[in-house]
Amino acid sequence: MKKGTLRQILLITDGCSNQGEDPVAMAALAREHGMTVNVIGVLDENERTDGLKEIENIALSGGGIHQLVYAKQLSHTVQMVTRKAMTQTIQGFIHKELQSILGHDKEIEDLPPDKRGQVVEVVDELGETMDLEVLIMIDTSASMQHKLPTVEDALLDLSISLHSRIGENEYALYAFPGKRKQVERLMDWTPILKDIHTIFPKLTTGGITPTGPALKEAIDAYQKKRSKRGLLNDGYIEESSS
Amino acid sequence: MTGTSKNPVADVPRGTTIRGKWNKQTYQIMKKLGSGALGTVYLADSVKGRVALKVGTDSMSITSEVNVLKQLSMVQGTVLGPFFYEIDDWERNGKKFPFYVMEYIDGEPLFTFINRRGKEWIGILMLQLLRDLSVLHREGWVFGDLKPDNLLVEGSPPTMRWLDVGGTTPMGRSVKEFTEFFDRGYWGLGNRVAEPSYDLFSVAMIVLNAGYPKRFDRPKKDSEHYLMNKIEGSQLLREYKPILRKALLGKYNYASEMRQELFALLQGEQINVRKNKNVAGHSRVAARQTRPTVKKKRSGWIETVLLVAFLLFFYTLYLVGHIF
Ligand SMILES: Nc1ncnc2c1ncn2[C@@H]1O[C@H](COP(=O)(O)OP(=O)(O)OP(=O)(O)O)[C@@H](O)[C@H]1O
Repeated sequence: MKKGTLRQILLITDGCSNQGEDPVAMAALAREHGMTVNVIGVLDENERTDGLKEIENIALSGGGIHQLVYAKQLSHTVQMVTRKAMTQTIQGFIHKELQSILGHDKEIEDLPPDKRGQVVEVVDELGETMDLEVLIMIDTSASMQHKLPTVEDALLDLSISLHSRIGENEYALYAFPGKRKQVERLMDWTPILKDIHTIFPKLTTGGITPTGPALKEAIDAYQKKRSKRGLLNDGYIEESSS
Repeated sequence: MTGTSKNPVADVPRGTTIRGKWNKQTYQIMKKLGSGALGTVYLADSVKGRVALKVGTDSMSITSEVNVLKQLSMVQGTVLGPFFYEIDDWERNGKKFPFYVMEYIDGEPLFTFINRRGKEWIGILMLQLLRDLSVLHREGWVFGDLKPDNLLVEGSPPTMRWLDVGGTTPMGRSVKEFTEFFDRGYWGLGNRVAEPSYDLFSVAMIVLNAGYPKRFDRPKKDSEHYLMNKIEGSQLLREYKPILRKALLGKYNYASEMRQELFALLQGEQINVRKNKNVAGHSRVAARQTRPTVKKKRSGWIETVLLVAFLLFFYTLYLVGHIF
């Protein structure tokens, strides 16, 4: 059996979208495509956001997790949210499997506690070994400017955590708004999230926050990646059976 | 899952009876011991006597902790985590809350103990911790989230006990849970693969934390240099520097290596104390001629120091006797 791949979009922002498609709708679309959308809201000390509702709703309709943090705690949060979202997705699969075995509207909680241990072991095992693709979408609107060094630290920290897993990882990095476009690709799919600082300082920050279009672009990027891989699989590479 | 959701079982009133849905055991809540991200721990009374009961909302994470506790209970001959009794569900107002029951550890937080009893205990308790870690590692596990908050000192002779084994990870996997100050990944001094050196880094940071109770943040770069300066800057830490340095840089592959070197260092210290005794002896002779009244007091004080030094020395020997 071929091991599955988990696909995540990680949105790092500090407020409300104000341009383009409704991000909540785009998150729902991403979910239909088998991705989960996780959102992290970064605040300054004493800062409040009007975007909370939106952040919550994007994650909700994207089947993911959301979390508001102060910039200082960003590193710990980014890796934690990513890991938790993986676990949640895997639990979702397992839940479906269980239902097909135990019958409809049966939950893990209907198993005797002693049996649950085995389910958790399977979830742990998959979380450790499944491949993971994370598309990171960073809000670079003006208010985010001074938070970007912290974002960079957090992403490096994320890669330390993910590379300590047994499974493979791939990352892509996008910023919105971009220099000329609404969304700009900073880094194409790569297994190593390194040298981010070479890209980050070049960012210029704009006043608009096109969160919806950014999510749309993320879905497109996944589609392209998938069709490329499909081509390779069908044409040239035997499907590996591990 | 959200960061703001409130835990509905965080304030179970005292006197409440919790009855397990599956095993039908009953527990009477006596008091709240503390709350974590995943649940709340209560002291409870039962037919087994006093126990600690952790109740949460997410049965997967409760089960995950139970998996680890069960594994630790199977380790022969050494008590690692709290002893595990059972897992069950509590039905309250039509809702199910998973809980598990474990041994109640009636101890004192590590640093409270050290502040009360003296800094010299830090070395000795670290010897104990390293011994237990080497057993844990031999069984194929890494503690992961090692920090003072997860360590209690219990009983007499004082014994270090572990709490919150939620971060315990099978060797070779990625560490499940960690706390930044004690995590080598945070300091840029290594990855988060569960291996003995991961825990040994945390042990060193626990010692650093004893020297810097308020902790401190990482620097922009060159953590190694920064941490070495911190060690130099504290009188308590300076004497441990060679060992702390090796642990921070991942030079120890096994807990037993670090333990041996720490033991040798502490032993050297005892010898120094004994040398000091001779010096003190001389001054006592000198004092006898001039100030006979002060003499008595001071010699009593010196005897106490000697006694403490000796007890420590024998206690260390006793500990070592345990592992070899
Ligand atoms: N077996 C036990 N015996 C005595 N006290 C305990 C025991 N287990 C936990 N406690 C106390 O309850 C507190 C909460 O424990 P718990 O394991 O839930 O928490 P945590 O470390 O604060 O958080 P988290 O759930 O996020 O890991 C602990 O800090 C400890 O003081």
